[in-house]
Amino acid sequence: MTEATANARTGSGEGFSLAAIPLWGQFAAIIISGVLLSLVWDGATRWPEAWTLPMAAWITEFIEWLKSEATIFGIAFKDITRGIGSALEVPVDWAEYLLYRGFKKVGLDLGPLPWVAVAAGVTIFAHWVGGWRLAILCALTMLYLATFNLWKDSMKTMTIVVVAVPMAAIIGIGLGIWVTRSKTASRIISPMFDLMQATPHMAYLAPVAALFAFGPVTALIATVIFAMPPMARCTILGLETVSPAVLEAGQMSGCTRRQLLWKVELPAAKRTLMLGLNQVVMQTLAMVVIASIAGATGLGHKLLYSLQQLRIGVAIEQGIAISLIAIVLDRLTQAYAYKETDHFAAGKPFMQRHRHLLLFLVILVLSYIAAEFFRWVKIPPSKFVWGTGDAKTVLFDAKLLARHADQAIRDFNVLAFDYINPVRDWVTIHILLPVRDFFLWLPWPVFVGVIGLAAWRLGGRPVLLLCLALMASFIVTGFWVETMKTTYLVLIAAALCVMIGVPLGIWSARSDRVANIVMPICDTLQTFPSFIYLIPAIMLFRIGDFANIFAILPYATVPAIRYTYLGLKRIPPVTIEAGIANGATKWQRLFKVELPVALPEIMLGLNQTIMMALAMTAITALIGSTDLGQEVVRSISTQDFGRGILAGFFIAALGIIADRLIGSWAAERKRQLGIG
Amino acid sequence: MPADVKIECRNLWKVFGADPHGFLQRHNGDPAPEALAEEGYIGAVQDVSFDVHEGEILIIMGLSGSGKSTLIRCITRLNDPTAGEMTYEGRDLLKLSERELIDMRRHKMGMVFQNFGLLPHRDVLENVAFPLEVQGISKADRVTRAKAMIDLVGLGGRESYFPRELSGGQQQRVGIARSLAVEPDIWFLDEPFSALDPLIRAEMQDEFIRLQSMLHKTIVFITHDFEEATKLADRIGIMKDGRMVQLATPEELVLNPADDYVAEFARNAPRERIVSVGAIMQPATPSASGTVPMTARIGSVAEQVLTAEHPVAVVDETSGTIVGSIDRQTVATSIFGRYNEGERAA
Repeated sequence: MTEATANARTGSGEGFSLAAIPLWGQFAAIIISGVLLSLVWDGATRWPEAWTLPMAAWITEFIEWLKSEATIFGIAFKDITRGIGSALEVPVDWAEYLLYRGFKKVGLDLGPLPWVAVAAGVTIFAHWVGGWRLAILCALTMLYLATFNLWKDSMKTMTIVVVAVPMAAIIGIGLGIWVTRSKTASRIISPMFDLMQATPHMAYLAPVAALFAFGPVTALIATVIFAMPPMARCTILGLETVSPAVLEAGQMSGCTRRQLLWKVELPAAKRTLMLGLNQVVMQTLAMVVIASIAGATGLGHKLLYSLQQLRIGVAIEQGIAISLIAIVLDRLTQAYAYKETDHFAAGKPFMQRHRHLLLFLVILVLSYIAAEFFRWVKIPPSKFVWGTGDAKTVLFDAKLLARHADQAIRDFNVLAFDYINPVRDWVTIHILLPVRDFFLWLPWPVFVGVIGLAAWRLGGRPVLLLCLALMASFIVTGFWVETMKTTYLVLIAAALCVMIGVPLGIWSARSDRVANIVMPICDTLQTFPSFIYLIPAIMLFRIGDFANIFAILPYATVPAIRYTYLGLKRIPPVTIEAGIANGATKWQRLFKVELPVALPEIMLGLNQTIMMALAMTAITALIGSTDLGQEVVRSISTQDFGRGILAGFFIAALGIIADRLIGSWAAERKRQLGIG
Repeated sequence: MPADVKIECRNLWKVFGADPHGFLQRHNGDPAPEALAEEGYIGAVQDVSFDVHEGEILIIMGLSGSGKSTLIRCITRLNDPTAGEMTYEGRDLLKLSERELIDMRRHKMGMVFQNFGLLPHRDVLENVAFPLEVQGISKADRVTRAKAMIDLVGLGGRESYFPRELSGGQQQRVGIARSLAVEPDIWFLDEPFSALDPLIRAEMQDEFIRLQSMLHKTIVFITHDFEEATKLADRIGIMKDGRMVQLATPEELVLNPADDYVAEFARNAPRERIVSVGAIMQPATPSASGTVPMTARIGSVAEQVLTAEHPVAVVDETSGTIVGSIDRQTVATSIFGRYNEGERAA
């Protein structure tokens, strides 16, 4: 990269001397000529229809052909996908039997796990891995799911989670091992992971839905593909950071290659692997709730339904359920990762060593027996009633509560709309729409020219070529308008995130007391599946660009805060002390010493913010938008998969362009500063 | 090959770079240092030849970057040398198949590492039993054997501790126990005590001497500490920039350094513990009073000689005859003379 930059610099000095024109002049020249071009040629504003590549139609046709006629080694392609589908249905079915269906279908007179047993099991496991505090958190979460009538939907969601997590983990570990063992694999797979990391959840749904029928299997496959890369990355990282002495000790102990991997490398990398598992679990949950548009049932499905019907009270109950499950899964996997081994276990009697497991087994058996006699053991009661007959008093009724909550929120909205509406409308009319119109007016040669020049100056020829190719892809296929709508939403959201996040990051870096409040909030915000953030947006602002941007903020501000904080915290103390010794005031220190040194890190935060904003704009399509994300969502219901797949790719393309520009700049700047 | 040679290394090269084999071939197997630098290659080990004798402690000494760690990794084939020959009891080490190499490591070699290389997920017992486990030895047998090793290094009672719960010295005891668990023929120690603080280091050196007095292993020991080398070694090989500058007994190194580089180390060496009476004695004089043995280090007889009025007779213990004499002046010069030499050098 550095070399490329150097080449670009020398290149600009040769022949017709471009470097003689100052940088702003180069940009001005591009902008002016682009605008002039658009005045004489309509094609510069809208790519001429006659020249548009019908790529979307081709892809859709190709998929049709795949599904009807294609054969691989004499086997019909559709039979292959059908085979994979039915093979994957087996674990999904069994998970369903276990969690909420019962085993009648396979001829066993056995119900699903009674909720009491599941709740007790999770709580007991929590106590085993993390002690009483975690156990109480888990118990309360289970009680919440049970009493708010969300048990069955939670179990439906967990069905895919329990199948997807082991699959994603095993595939991820396998790929990770392969990458560390083979240079070829590393060359093929590493760039794929880069692309996958830039690709938002939504984009995975269209291609998978194109090949597999609408239903849980499609959701499962998309989830596994989406959740697998972090596991692979952690495996690679873990294996590469095993200390050389440990490896050599293993070799000198006479390990074969296989023994070295299984007995030395993987166990030594356990911490990092567990971190990967934690990420797999969190990504799985985030994806499962979104995969409801491709056939996953459960909480995500119900939440989407509630949001579309504007039943906000119910949506909040469901959202809390998803958030609680996310927190519990996060804490459980983290506690498991950091669990200390009991040194003295061997000396203890069997009963004491396995007391958690034994207790669970006892509860399991008892609850199955009790479920025969008491319905509330089998299915959680949604109503608590005291007394009988006329003397009955309803102590608690989840459905009624949800209805009341709905009504209360509706009342609140009626009241608040007088205050919220004008703000929303003013911002929309005076800020959002003009910016949006600007992006829609923008002639594409200006956009391409400005990004291209920046790419060339920052990263040299390879980055320039990559950016040009990516931009060309959405222009010549006729997706310019949708892409600009996404660009506009993301840029506004990212700007707001920086305006909120950077000051918060600075404040946290300045004061430990603030950091102690802000950082845990950031952690929690990152734990929630992104879907959740639609709820407050819809509740306050209904639908529209304002609501969409509002939904992006809590999700995408976190990296802006975190990278600013870390960037400032990592400045060597001597640099700051030198600033103080030179007589800088507090503010001079911040603006003349700290921020310039931390800037590359802050820019990497911006990079992450843009990535997350892109992912979230795609999700806002679920509540209504008109950009690329909407194309993805619509393609699944219209079966016009070509458009969906392309739209998903273009969201990723925007992410990659931003990533390369900012990443190149930050790397070069870090090199100049002699850090990283 | 003499019967007592365990390992024989001839013209070993280890070159790092884009195409080390091609590079060596282009320069007929003996590139000049300038050629290495010019073409961007690093000659970590350059044309090194030496033997390891049965039962000896051979110490390879050099500063960091001198190639000593690479050399030991060549012999153990953790890194394959670029060129040269190595035999173990006459067997060509470089022609071993992977299976044979693994067998060799399982039964003939033991190695101790500078940063211990303990497996963090296994407790002390499991770490020590690990080499036995990968061989497929039954659990009962390996536990018995590992416990014996743990007792040997004085860690009895800490079998169920994890590496992170042990001090550095204790961790290295585990590393030593593990390397000895397979009863290796030849024992490699790669800067085993360098990561430890000075007090613990001295304690571990004594422990090492104690173990060797019981086990009589053939040992290749790497260190950057000349004092440690002179304390433990039968012979010391000094490395500089990938080459073996001198291979000799500590006494020879001190008395006849091959070049200024070796002399620089020797200057700061504790001569009184290295040089023997026989090496500095003068012809026998009739006026001698009292006797000292010829093989004694001068430090151990210094008091006797320095307090004697007359020169002291030097006796060859095997024959019992007087072979020379030693006086105050000689002892004082040989112990303190190095400061004068130092001034001269400066």
